[in-house]
Amino acid sequence: MNTSTAPAVRARHGSLTGTPALIRFALRRDRVRIPAWIAALTLGTVATLASLADLYPTSVERQAIAETMGTPAGLAMSGPAEYLADYNIGAMMGHQMLGFTALLVALMSVLMLVRHTRAEEESGRAELVRAAVVGRHAHATAALVVVIATNLLLAVVMGLALAATGAEGVTTGGSLLYGFAHAAVGVAFAGLTMVTVQITEHTRGAAGMGLAAIGLAYVLRAAGDVGDGTLSWLSPIGWAQATLVYVDDRWWPLLLAAGVAAVLIAVGVALSTRRDVGSGLRGTRAGRQAASAVLGNPFGLAVRLQRGLLIGFTATLALLGIAYGAILNEVEDMLTAIAEMERALADIGGATVTESFASMVMIVLAVIASIYVVLAASRGRAEEADGRAEPVLATAVSRHRWLASHITVALLGGIVVLAAGGLGFGIAGALAVDDSELITQLLGAAVAYFPALWVTAGLAVALYGLSPRLTPLAWIVPVYGFLVGYLGQILQFPEWMTNLSPFGHVPELPAEEFSVLPLALLLAVAAALLAIGLSAFRQRDLETA
Amino acid sequence: MSLATTPDGAAVSVSELNKTFGSVTALDRLELTVRTGEVHGFLGPNGAGKSTTIRILLGLLRADSGHAEVLGGDPWRDAVHLHRRLAYVPGDVSLWPNLTGGEAIDLFARLRGGFDRRKRDELCERFDLDPTKKGRTYSKGNRQKVALVSALASDVELLVMDEPTAGLDPLMEAIFAECVREANAAGTTVLLSSHILAQVEALCDRVSIIRNGHIVESGSLDELRHLTRTTVIAETAQPLTDIEAVTGVHDVVHTDGKVQFDVDSEQLDPVIGHLHRHGIRSLISQPPTLEQLFMRHYGEELAVNTSGESQ
Repeated sequence: MNTSTAPAVRARHGSLTGTPALIRFALRRDRVRIPAWIAALTLGTVATLASLADLYPTSVERQAIAETMGTPAGLAMSGPAEYLADYNIGAMMGHQMLGFTALLVALMSVLMLVRHTRAEEESGRAELVRAAVVGRHAHATAALVVVIATNLLLAVVMGLALAATGAEGVTTGGSLLYGFAHAAVGVAFAGLTMVTVQITEHTRGAAGMGLAAIGLAYVLRAAGDVGDGTLSWLSPIGWAQATLVYVDDRWWPLLLAAGVAAVLIAVGVALSTRRDVGSGLRGTRAGRQAASAVLGNPFGLAVRLQRGLLIGFTATLALLGIAYGAILNEVEDMLTAIAEMERALADIGGATVTESFASMVMIVLAVIASIYVVLAASRGRAEEADGRAEPVLATAVSRHRWLASHITVALLGGIVVLAAGGLGFGIAGALAVDDSELITQLLGAAVAYFPALWVTAGLAVALYGLSPRLTPLAWIVPVYGFLVGYLGQILQFPEWMTNLSPFGHVPELPAEEFSVLPLALLLAVAAALLAIGLSAFRQRDLETA
Repeated sequence: MSLATTPDGAAVSVSELNKTFGSVTALDRLELTVRTGEVHGFLGPNGAGKSTTIRILLGLLRADSGHAEVLGGDPWRDAVHLHRRLAYVPGDVSLWPNLTGGEAIDLFARLRGGFDRRKRDELCERFDLDPTKKGRTYSKGNRQKVALVSALASDVELLVMDEPTAGLDPLMEAIFAECVREANAAGTTVLLSSHILAQVEALCDRVSIIRNGHIVESGSLDELRHLTRTTVIAETAQPLTDIEAVTGVHDVVHTDGKVQFDVDSEQLDPVIGHLHRHGIRSLISQPPTLEQLFMRHYGEELAVNTSGESQ
């Protein structure tokens, strides 16, 4: 090669070389995932619209639900009050569904982007790809293109599907805006994830930061919608709801999402040039030369391995609880302002608005704690799949002891996580409304969910014991718990559907009375599931890499 | 070594062992005996069933049928008790990304039931392993060293090693061999699975060769050599045109007046007599290497395949 051609070669093989091939490759890898996400989100949305139309056929019924949704509890779980004025089917969708499905779209974007960037680097596959004729930014660009294209495709498919229903208040323009509001949230979180995947070298860490940001976005908009609305403007989910889709059809809040995404992507790209392939921005330091006394038994090992997850979830739940607790006084203010609302809520067995709001928050906290429990109880599966269980089980550690260590961390950790949420909620609430009794009351409400969390852990362990491949089925509990806890109230699910979830059996303190029988039954189910898991695990072959 | 000849002195004794994974037969009536005090080489290419056998001996997998005994106990039922008396080095060591190598070494050794701290530090030094680095920053070879140091620092009766040097450089391989010899001299029985034949030849008292889940050859290296062929390179006064016809002679190659062939060990005397009648000018005789032994079992398959293709 002579000197005159060198710059030309460099120009042609720029930092994006190979992007089209990598895009095709990513699409090939996600050929099932992408259609599945789009189909599930679109079908779920259309099905919800159909059942809303079915449940609230007349304006009288819609006005009644509007009053319920106008309570602090209603606003915290749905969206801003501006949707309530003319509560037709379209407005209901924008108010009650948009925030929820946008959360799922955000989740999709975070998981997809991490999967194609940091996960590739951590596994070492990115190194192989980067060693080929592939530009510095090609990998990340291809991942972004795929995620953004998926979001846009979802927007169009969902928009057209909604427009085709022709339901009351569901206009074609509004439907497209509805779809693109989802895409805006998805793209904003894709941008954010572009930054998180640069920071840490762990897939789990990068995804965890993304999920924490989604949680924060949800809490901010909940707090904003119950309060004066300011906080909602800090949340991408809040921007999507600020479109007032099917009510005012404002497109401009989506520009905010696009702008923020562009800035985050630029930051991510800039950061990516300042690190090596496979490493994060934070350098790795030398660690301990020898193990501390804690690392001398399987339980110590399980605690050490799960420490980060436990701390992360405890902090998240405590913050969530504090955020909800801090708006308790606004809930009370609202109560005095609109006395009428008390009547609307009278059917919750004489509970006050504050109490029903608190019960709703507890369901949210418990479901999030159950996410932790599933992650913690499934840890054995990751250890086994990655070949780290084998050398441990080749030492004088029995199968029972090894699995029981991880189970113990999951059971106790679940308590710690949810108690942190209940305590944060109680303390912040007590300060906000100046009622110290709330601390014990809300902590007690959290305690009532412990048995349900243990059932969740039990299910994960039983599935794992029978076959590691079945373990992910345990995610049904948080997902279903969220669906019936959240949508169940809107869509008025029959009681048997609620009862399928362990959370459906928990007395909803403080709104409901405490009762011991369902909790005892949940404990018995949890114990049976754990016993099944332990005994099945003892009997089967260890899976090898 | 005094126990070595009696069958009840066996550290590992396996008979009629079968294991299938779905429709795939991994082990087929496997027989294996590792005598107490010996270094036993377990030879076979990838997929022959070495790791499956070892995992059954560790109670990580359950045999479908057959008998397996490790240190006098049932590897499945008495796993915990037996694991106090043995140490295992897997072929592909996975470490926790956020634990240091030193922590992993100590953890494994403690879970086994204690270890010699001074020996552990000494081994780290010998293997040139930095124990302060996090698991994710180690190369394959360094992860291997972590498992080796931990196993060698534990005071155990049996070392079970599944291709333990796969990621080590030649220098470290030499140190590994040294450590195995020291452990063996101190009375530790070693089961060493490998496909590095030179290593097995240098370290092992006895070997078992596994093929498709079945042991096809087992014995001391000397015993096995008797079963196989010696390579002879000879130059004679009169041309050796009829050497192919002599009983026990195989693979004859003529090159510039010299002739090279393999001869069955029991036919060596008549063949040399035949050479003698032609007037020997030079003679080189090489005992069979383990590689030839090995290739005899696996090479046939290869030869059948290639001849099938060419016809």
